[in-house]
Amino acid sequence: MTAPRINRVQSNPFNITEEITALRGERKDIGAIVTFTGTVRDTAAGEKITTMALEHYPGMTEQELEHITNEAHSRWPLQGSTIIHRIGDLSPGDDIVLVITLSAHRAAAFEAAEFLMDFLKSKAPFWKKETGESGNADWVDARDTDTEALTRWQK
Amino acid sequence: MKLMYFAWVREKIGINQETVSPPETVKTISELITWLESRGPEYRAAFENRESIRAAINQTHVDHHSTLEAAAEVAFFPPVTGG
Repeated sequence: MTAPRINRVQSNPFNITEEITALRGERKDIGAIVTFTGTVRDTAAGEKITTMALEHYPGMTEQELEHITNEAHSRWPLQGSTIIHRIGDLSPGDDIVLVITLSAHRAAAFEAAEFLMDFLKSKAPFWKKETGESGNADWVDARDTDTEALTRWQK
Repeated sequence: MKLMYFAWVREKIGINQETVSPPETVKTISELITWLESRGPEYRAAFENRESIRAAINQTHVDHHSTLEAAAEVAFFPPVTGG
């Protein structure tokens, strides 16, 4: 049986509990469920943020998420994985991204969730633009630490 | 060849996509950027800091040395910032 792989890009909010239920189905051999949620911070470079707009490259995003997911499933004995990434205009406190990993034991679930997030942040074609209280809108700069995070996964 | 632009590359060029027919001497991503820069100040502004420009051919990440053969869709964008 192939472990379910759910990848989605959507503007609507997600419900973590519902997503876990949808992913695990009727399976009773799952011992570990790890979830990661990324959310919108209310400040950037000392300024209050009012809006975060998320843009992506339809088509390429789905391909990249599929590559990343397949790689994670080939490295760890996962019983399922979910990646949901939101697009459009978000507000401080809103959820941006959800990763869920299922495995018989926690180590694989933790590691795979980190792996998925590290690769998503460096490879999936999403871009954030923050608007501050002053009305200034700036594209978020990529962080070197996100690129460096990939090196630990090199085989 | 279909070109697509995202984030601040899109804003600086002023359009999100276009169809172009570069001359046959344009064989790589790098040469395509140089050719685009010859088309106007908006392109020169977008590609001013070349090292920060990322590219994809047919929706797969590539570097600037990659050749354009079989490239139906080429995209230019800043380093990604999702997650």
